[in-house]
Amino acid sequence: MIGPYLEDVLVQLGINVILALSLYFPLSAGQLSLGQGGFMAIGAYLASWLTATLGWPWPLAFAAAAAAAGLVGALVGLPALRVRGIYLVLLTMAFGEIVRVFFLNFGPTGAAQGFRGMPFVTTLPLVAVLAVAVAILAARTAASRMGRAFAAINRDELAAEVMGIDVTRAKLASFTVGAVVAGLAGALWAHYVQFIEPEEFGFARSVMPFTFVVVGGLQTFWGSLVGAAVLTLLPEWLRFLKEWRLALYGVAMLAVMIVRPQGLVDHRLVEAVRRLIPGHAKEALS
Amino acid sequence: MLAQQLVNGVMLGAVYALIAIGYTLIFGVLGMLHLAHGEVFMIGAFVGLVVLTKLSGNVMLALAAAMLATGVLGLIIERIAFRPLRGAHHLAPLATTIGAGIALQETARWYFGPEQKGFPSTIALELWEMGPLRVSSVQIFILAAALVLMGAVHLFLSRTRAGRAVRATAEEPTVAGLLGVNVRAVVMLTFFVASTLAGAAGVLVGLAYNSVHPFIGVQMGIKGLVVMLLGGLGNVPGAMLGGIVLGVLEVLGVAYLASSYRDAFAFGAVVLILLARPEGLLGLRVQRRD
Repeated sequence: MIGPYLEDVLVQLGINVILALSLYFPLSAGQLSLGQGGFMAIGAYLASWLTATLGWPWPLAFAAAAAAAGLVGALVGLPALRVRGIYLVLLTMAFGEIVRVFFLNFGPTGAAQGFRGMPFVTTLPLVAVLAVAVAILAARTAASRMGRAFAAINRDELAAEVMGIDVTRAKLASFTVGAVVAGLAGALWAHYVQFIEPEEFGFARSVMPFTFVVVGGLQTFWGSLVGAAVLTLLPEWLRFLKEWRLALYGVAMLAVMIVRPQGLVDHRLVEAVRRLIPGHAKEALS
Repeated sequence: MLAQQLVNGVMLGAVYALIAIGYTLIFGVLGMLHLAHGEVFMIGAFVGLVVLTKLSGNVMLALAAAMLATGVLGLIIERIAFRPLRGAHHLAPLATTIGAGIALQETARWYFGPEQKGFPSTIALELWEMGPLRVSSVQIFILAAALVLMGAVHLFLSRTRAGRAVRATAEEPTVAGLLGVNVRAVVMLTFFVASTLAGAAGVLVGLAYNSVHPFIGVQMGIKGLVVMLLGGLGNVPGAMLGGIVLGVLEVLGVAYLASSYRDAFAFGAVVLILLARPEGLLGLRVQRRD
């Protein structure tokens, strides 16, 4: 058996992995969103309202919340097709803030007082299963036709289009899947802490998955996993530093990026690790 | 009533403009977003607070000290969060500046505590009534200081040799370097100037609202980005105009619509602008740099 402290850390780790992957999907198609906090808020609030107020069973509520976040993601993704680069960052950032202000004023979910009353659903096994499922989805996507389309768009959008890739569809798909996953992370989070308020889904929350993915490395989805794990566990390891803990967290982020601008995990590292696994040795040599 | 709101809006907007000019200068020269700029602003506010409470009650001294301190801070940030990343993925500086911002917030929280700190009102408060309009000496000072600083930046960029070097680097860094511009020095100068403006804005916001706290920079930083976008990326006069526009919009929105939606106006405006003109309101001559 594991202690309650370790269990708490591991649940947060699982939710952060899901959140990191929610950004990995659009980012793998070259679309940076700094509004994942907004999708997370939609998932968290809708799932909570469905279970607490309407008494829906949680699997149904979670699915509906993730689907709703995905629908909003598609609606945001559609205009986002027109803007790129830094403008897309600003557009998604604005979206996240608008969602926050909306829930800050939305009476039925408690407005600024926050919302409570949802059952405790998010156990460690549930988080673990869902995190692994999303990671498998990311791995399968990366190896699929769609994943290759994402990568091509990320490298050179014009060239991808010339090669016959439906850029509009691929970008929209990457954005929507990211929103669905972020909504799921929100539903999980709400049914873990059993109390949510608008402020926790602000800009700071949207920045979290971004730091996970960039520190972990953008080249493969493994980067998102490692980044989420390191940046979730780091503040715990640094606990002995007391009030300097978070300051050092910021410094550590800086240091990692200076030493390894491509992030902790890159293609070479993944390849090197793969070679260490016995079953793959021959394949790698041939 | 309307005129009064306009005065308040212009004052707020002038402060937004100071922050946005810094963003836009740095973006213009490096093509990168500096996400710790709001924290530079926050440090400026706290330096001003320390000078006013511990050293002397002179506002000009506080302003000068805050600007000098944040200018140096800007140089440090350039050195550790930007310079090592030349040639790295274009998203890498976003991560390093977020890291630097967290470190600055937490240092301020550790040193000053997480709560609101009262900002001493050292300017003798006088109210002038002009018909229905009420203007305080504090508001006049804030507006005057912001306008003087903006004027100084404008003169610096348009009339001095160094300012021309900054503009040339913003236009095309490689060619500027080939033509003998010391690009590294220009980048450092840009960070220094941008950061002093944010520091000054910090002191002015402290004076305007009489309180500061370690997380004041987050919202201000986002507002600064919005204003930069309104004005067009890399466009300094646009940032000045955008600041005033946002300040007035916010104040009017709060006065005539609903105060709790205040922050949504700015972001609603962003969405509308980006949908109508994906390159920003005044982003005419700005080249695309992804």
